[in-house]
Amino acid sequence: MDNFFNLYNYWIVIFLAMAGLYIVIARGNLIKKLVGLNVFQASVFILYISFGKVIGGTAPILEKGIKVYSNPLPHVLILTAIVVGVATTALGLALVVRIRKEYGTIEEEDIHSQDESM
Amino acid sequence: MKEYLILRIITKLLLPFILLFALYVQFHGDFGPGGGFQAGVIFAAGFILYAMVFGVQAAQRILPDGILRAGIAGGVLIYASVGVVSMLLGENYLNYSPLAQDSKEGQHLGIFLVELGVGITVASVMMTVFFTFSAWRED
Amino acid sequence: MEEAIDIILLALMCVTVIAIVVMRNLMAVVALGGIFSLLAASVFVLLDAVDVAFTEAAVGAGISTMLFVATLALTTRIEKRPVHTPVLPLFVVIVTGAVLIYGSLDMAHFGDPNATAMQHVSPYYLENTKKDTGVPNVVTAILASYRGYDTLGEVTVIFTAGIGVILLLGSWRRGLTPPPPHSDPREGEEEA
Repeated sequence: MDNFFNLYNYWIVIFLAMAGLYIVIARGNLIKKLVGLNVFQASVFILYISFGKVIGGTAPILEKGIKVYSNPLPHVLILTAIVVGVATTALGLALVVRIRKEYGTIEEEDIHSQDESM
Repeated sequence: MKEYLILRIITKLLLPFILLFALYVQFHGDFGPGGGFQAGVIFAAGFILYAMVFGVQAAQRILPDGILRAGIAGGVLIYASVGVVSMLLGENYLNYSPLAQDSKEGQHLGIFLVELGVGITVASVMMTVFFTFSAWRED
Repeated sequence: MEEAIDIILLALMCVTVIAIVVMRNLMAVVALGGIFSLLAASVFVLLDAVDVAFTEAAVGAGISTMLFVATLALTTRIEKRPVHTPVLPLFVVIVTGAVLIYGSLDMAHFGDPNATAMQHVSPYYLENTKKDTGVPNVVTAILASYRGYDTLGEVTVIFTAGIGVILLLGSWRRGLTPPPPHSDPREGEEEA
């Protein structure tokens, strides 16, 4: 039981990440794949930030009288990762619009069958 | 959007506060949560709200393409040139200590300039991406 | 109390993700994606990561949702029914999840102040930020000063994304009418 609650956060987040991964590999619609990718990224960020939490600590903004802070290093790395994630999403969506213009569809099956029949 | 009177009035009322909050987040990123990225995104969100309610043409009269593209490149340029100035003043690249008399003041100034560059680039990129998406024609 | 809020938020996120997997109306999927980002931002606040929560709420629930809605306006709104059986993806996902859970059994407990992740570099940053930079927000000091080089790379990534979108979608200048249709439509748009 002790192990369960202490690692509960990690397991739920692993479930969320796996659900996002399932959306990416099992669904054919390109926009839904990108939403699944965003879900996967957000879950990985939660996993990473929860490594840095210290019970009894506060946000890492220095104040008089507070001794225990949460670890600021994962916050810095995840801040960069969030911004890179949105850049990737923007480019992916621009590609989806161009694919729609070229193929007339955004379903992966139809795109493959059009490619094979060309 | 002529019919959506409430949306237009509320947007007109809210827009200065959104932009002011973006500037607050940018310049008080040292003392509380905030910094360049958050400020750039909030600034862009204010203008995107304006463009959604009043039309992209109206928003582009305020911020034409040239200014946005200068902003995209200008922010990165500010960031990189802070490092070059540090090198010219004798220290390593992006070491902010020689930028002012006192080393601590130099760090503070360096952080301020760098976050400014980041904020300008992020805001310009988000606005450019929105305007580009909304001007796409299918033919 | 904090654990209760934590459990409720994570449960809401699980429900949202299952709804995203099942629903086929893309507008609803995109809205649920925005809700997921907002719940993630709330979890970040619980985990004392206020800068990250700010960025995730602004970027994930704001800009990302706006981009998805703009793309939906330019493409379709309903997803086709899935054609393949989901057996192989489910198998892959379950195996990956099991391996990750097995790997997490060895980790330090949640919130442990003696975990290895807290030991080497972070106490240095927490002690020396006030002395070196005079900036109270340690995350900003690390981002802009101690690890400023990485942030330069990140700004370059955002710059590249902006340039990429302009190259992909910005064929002709806005405000002007589109060029007259050429005989070969594919070639015509590349010269503008």
